[in-house]
Amino acid sequence: MARRKNAGNQEAIPLSTTLKRLKPFVAPVLPRLIGGFFCALGAGIVALAIPQVLAKLVNEVLHYNGASGEVWFAVSIIAALGFLEALLIFLRRQFVLKPAAGVETDMRIHFYQHLQRLPVSFHERWGSGQLLSRSMSDLSLLRRWLAFGAMMLIVDTVTVITGLTLMFFHSWILGLLFLLGSIPIAIKAYHFRNDFRAASRLSQDQAGDLATAVEESVHGIRVIKAFGRGRDMYEGFNAQAKSLQETELSKARTLASFLLTVVAVPEVILGIGLVIGIAQVAAGTLSVGSLVAFFAIAAVIAIPVEAMGMLLGMTLSTKTALDRHFEVMDAVNDITSPDSPATPGEFTGAVELEHVRFSYPDEAGRARPILADINLEIRPGETMALVGITGSGKSTLLNLVPRLHDATAGTVKVHGMDVRDWDLEKLRTEIAVAFEDTTLFSTTIRENVLMGAPAGLDEQQREALLAEALDVAQAQFAYSLADGVETLIGEEGLSLSGGQRQRIALARAIAAQPRVLVLDDPLSALDVRTEEAVTQRLRAVLEGTTTLVVAHRPSTVMLADRVALLRDGRIDAVGSHAHLLSTNEHYRYVIASLDDDEQESQIPSEVNR
Amino acid sequence: MSQPLGVANEDAIKLTGAERKAVRQRSFRLLAALALPQKKMFALTVLLVLVSNAARVALPLLIAFAIDSTLPAVREGNWAALGLTGGAYILCAVTAGVMLSWYINAAARISQAMLLDLRLRVFRHTQRLSLEFHESYTSGRIISRQTSDLETLRELLDQGVSELASSCVFIVFTLASIFMLDWQSGIIVCFAAIPVTGLFYWYQSRSEVLYRESRVVSAKVISTFVETMTGIRAVKAFRREKANDQNYADLAEQYRANNVKSFNLFGILQPGLVLLGNLTVAGLLAFGGFRILDGTMQVGVMVALLLASKRIFQPMDEIAMFYSSLQSATAALEKVSGLLEEEPTVKEPPAPRSIEQVRGELAFKDAVFGYGDGPVIMDRFDLSIPAGQTVAVVGQTGAGKSTLAKLIARFYDLRSGSLTLDGVAIKDLSNEQLRRHVVMVTQEAFLFSGSVAENIALGRPGASLQEIQDAAKAVGAHQFILDLPDGYDTDVNKRGGRVSAGQRQLISFARAFLADPAVLILDEATSSLDIPSERAVQHGLQTLLGNRTALIIAHRLSTVQIADRVLVVHGGKIVEDGSPQQLIADGGRFAALHKAWQDSLV
Repeated sequence: MARRKNAGNQEAIPLSTTLKRLKPFVAPVLPRLIGGFFCALGAGIVALAIPQVLAKLVNEVLHYNGASGEVWFAVSIIAALGFLEALLIFLRRQFVLKPAAGVETDMRIHFYQHLQRLPVSFHERWGSGQLLSRSMSDLSLLRRWLAFGAMMLIVDTVTVITGLTLMFFHSWILGLLFLLGSIPIAIKAYHFRNDFRAASRLSQDQAGDLATAVEESVHGIRVIKAFGRGRDMYEGFNAQAKSLQETELSKARTLASFLLTVVAVPEVILGIGLVIGIAQVAAGTLSVGSLVAFFAIAAVIAIPVEAMGMLLGMTLSTKTALDRHFEVMDAVNDITSPDSPATPGEFTGAVELEHVRFSYPDEAGRARPILADINLEIRPGETMALVGITGSGKSTLLNLVPRLHDATAGTVKVHGMDVRDWDLEKLRTEIAVAFEDTTLFSTTIRENVLMGAPAGLDEQQREALLAEALDVAQAQFAYSLADGVETLIGEEGLSLSGGQRQRIALARAIAAQPRVLVLDDPLSALDVRTEEAVTQRLRAVLEGTTTLVVAHRPSTVMLADRVALLRDGRIDAVGSHAHLLSTNEHYRYVIASLDDDEQESQIPSEVNR
Repeated sequence: MSQPLGVANEDAIKLTGAERKAVRQRSFRLLAALALPQKKMFALTVLLVLVSNAARVALPLLIAFAIDSTLPAVREGNWAALGLTGGAYILCAVTAGVMLSWYINAAARISQAMLLDLRLRVFRHTQRLSLEFHESYTSGRIISRQTSDLETLRELLDQGVSELASSCVFIVFTLASIFMLDWQSGIIVCFAAIPVTGLFYWYQSRSEVLYRESRVVSAKVISTFVETMTGIRAVKAFRREKANDQNYADLAEQYRANNVKSFNLFGILQPGLVLLGNLTVAGLLAFGGFRILDGTMQVGVMVALLLASKRIFQPMDEIAMFYSSLQSATAALEKVSGLLEEEPTVKEPPAPRSIEQVRGELAFKDAVFGYGDGPVIMDRFDLSIPAGQTVAVVGQTGAGKSTLAKLIARFYDLRSGSLTLDGVAIKDLSNEQLRRHVVMVTQEAFLFSGSVAENIALGRPGASLQEIQDAAKAVGAHQFILDLPDGYDTDVNKRGGRVSAGQRQLISFARAFLADPAVLILDEATSSLDIPSERAVQHGLQTLLGNRTALIIAHRLSTVQIADRVLVVHGGKIVEDGSPQQLIADGGRFAALHKAWQDSLV
């Protein structure tokens, strides 16, 4: 069921462009990376030098019946070089790994911070599994590439070039021959790059979608169990996992065919070289020592040549991982504080909506706007109920006040000032909300409730506020839990019932003591008695607080001074409950429970409007 | 240890000897269970590696042969020998390449098959586990088990399988070639194995703890990430961004510190091995050097020996990396195998019974219920619901209404006593049968990513669009769905963000309608609906419920209007039971609730 939502492969971004974007993260650690690079290079040179020295020993020292001191001299050179190689490898890791892990962590933290600030509309489009895979596996791939791949790719390239030069030095014919072998490899590499990059991106996207499927299968476990759809979910997951497997296998095939070229071609060339070399030695145009040295070098560079194939694959995977990372980092945050935020002259508490229009950007022009033209004024300290049928846009309207979404057109004003002129954080400090989906955080009940509490309260005041808020929201049950208000709730803690969660969320909104309160059907999960108790207390608390409350029931409407009726994206009528009840037929239809007979006749005409 | 540990003590890093043994063993058992079905492929891989490496090891031997034997032959004018040697070299080169490429494919097939196997096992198992487990084991942990823990296995298999097999075979072959060239030198190389083993042992004991810690920390990083992203609206509304930044940065930092520690550990192992390798080469040079001086060793043999002994240590690097990945994967599989060890508390019957024609008669007898080992929630009650009856359950929050619903839906099992559907204990019904006949709609209407139509079709996979639309019409959801940008094909997005709570409830109602079960349980399923929608739903329900058994839990007593019978639950007991009229007349709790509700209306 979880359909793949690939972000899509946009036109290929050049590797250099992607890498340039790493600059701000890599620049501070560049000296260390360069240090590491030189160590790696040094280690490579030493590794290359060892066979050279060996060849020299074979040619010049061990040929004759020389003194044993010369042997010891040679051995100590080899031992010293061996020690140096190990030391350089040790230093390379010391230089590189810490900064690479630092870059990974920095980018991971930035990624999270950026995501937290991206608007709700972004999060509505992106599954959290997909984001998770970008924050975890994609970035650890980058770390490995920085610490190992990038460096070794350069080192190996340098090693191979040096080796080739030395080979030319020993025999230009053989060197040239060897160089010719790189032509088919280069051609193959070009195709490999394209194929592997595409497969790598696909597999990363599929892995992300798979993570999203896992996430949904866990969060939706109740529904899956209630409908006994475990098997269908499993089959869907199975299909997704299999297509990822298929992609991974095709990735392996691409790599395997590339490595076939990389391994076989140079060795075949060497075989030809062996024939030519021996012939040359026999003809006396090449020394045995040079031939030995030539093959010794060839043996040494065979490994970096093969490794370069792997490293190229790794580089391409890292590139696509980075593209995925920057794709999210490039998402524009269109809900931000203005450059120079204004402060309202007076914190009146007024909330106004003027000619507000709203439709989701990607739906614009395709469907009628959710909010067409909203004009509504909520006076300071007033409680306004928002009433309308399901899907009339009540919740959407509420989201506009704390700027969780921005109006497509028109103005939303808080304290008489356009919300887009506010400093975002200040604006949200002014407003407390309780949503229909009650997200609580993984911390204690106390922390959850006091989350938005005014700063600067002393311990006693905070305690009093907590007690008051829990009391108003009829959430006294908190005290009877095992650890009382210190009980851990949320993801990591005790799971509460819907009604309990709703009351904690309501207490949280109340404890924020805001000037503006936005409540989305805050009593829906409460039973009649609890609702009655909350309503009574709430009326007193709301005194002096500008409140916008979505109401489905007359009982919630009772909280309000005035009622606004939302219909077809417009405010149909505003007035007191009694007034609307007597004058507005649609209002009666929405809020009034009619007698059974009337219901029967009403439903078909209205619902299938 | 008699009792499997499961996910208990999952966050522990320092384990007792017995615990360590248990978790390591179950981790290796899992690894073995995953590897076993692949044994044929493993054999093929090893064979390919053998041939590929034999071909590669032959290359320096051929060079030595060329210098020591072919060269003199060519000097004597035997050019055929040169052709043969060169031909053999090229043949070996091509063979090495082809075999390498083949075994990369084979190794990928092994690792992908094992990975798929584990993915599916974990997925299926977490879906099987009871709600009780899911309520205490957080979703973030499950996600972490199924993503980053599996990733470590992937890393192990990706580099491991092919590299390790090839490395071992390469070492064996190279060693054999060294012995063939000169057995005394071979013995010197063998002595190097002693310090190498010591170094590996030291590394293993240190890294085990670090990798275990790494799994715990990464699970925390993941949980925090997922919690923030799924609750982003609340995060923004309550300005949690800065506090979250700090918290997440701390965790990411912990994760980094742990990573750096294990890198440093590996940073001693790797150069340590290189050093040992180089010293061995130096040793051989000394040993062989003197023998060349006194003429007991040939130059060609010496070159081949030195090259071979330099080569024999090259795969050590890969073995070290494999070993490190193995440590990491073992630590991860300790956690995954713990999850797999958990048994569902609600078990599928070994020999399920089936009911031919379900009528929908429910009966509790001497039923006692409590969560886990906790206190008794519902003590000894009998309840019989005849087929086709619509029962409303009312009572205050926390009175036990939902418990009753969850028992019938078999989210939990009774502690004692029995619950039967048409006289058959629901425990004895297969999960599939039970779910087909008993469906529960909850207040929390979860939507999966996909279209509206797909979400409704969850009620009955394979339903036609017409059937889906009929179900939507029946609950009054058709109109708003048509108003969505793409109608039934509208993508509901993550967590149904753009669909309001009320609309979500309507969609999940349509699901239930489509499922058309014999027993329907509605747990606060209309709480977010406005009155006209609720009316439409009730209208639809009356048609649907014609001959269905229904248990309706609702705060809104409006639902009671369509109920034949009302149960009032209080403090885990059914305190009132009768028709609505009767209970109102009796003047008990229900009468009071009913009056309060009536007053709340217009």
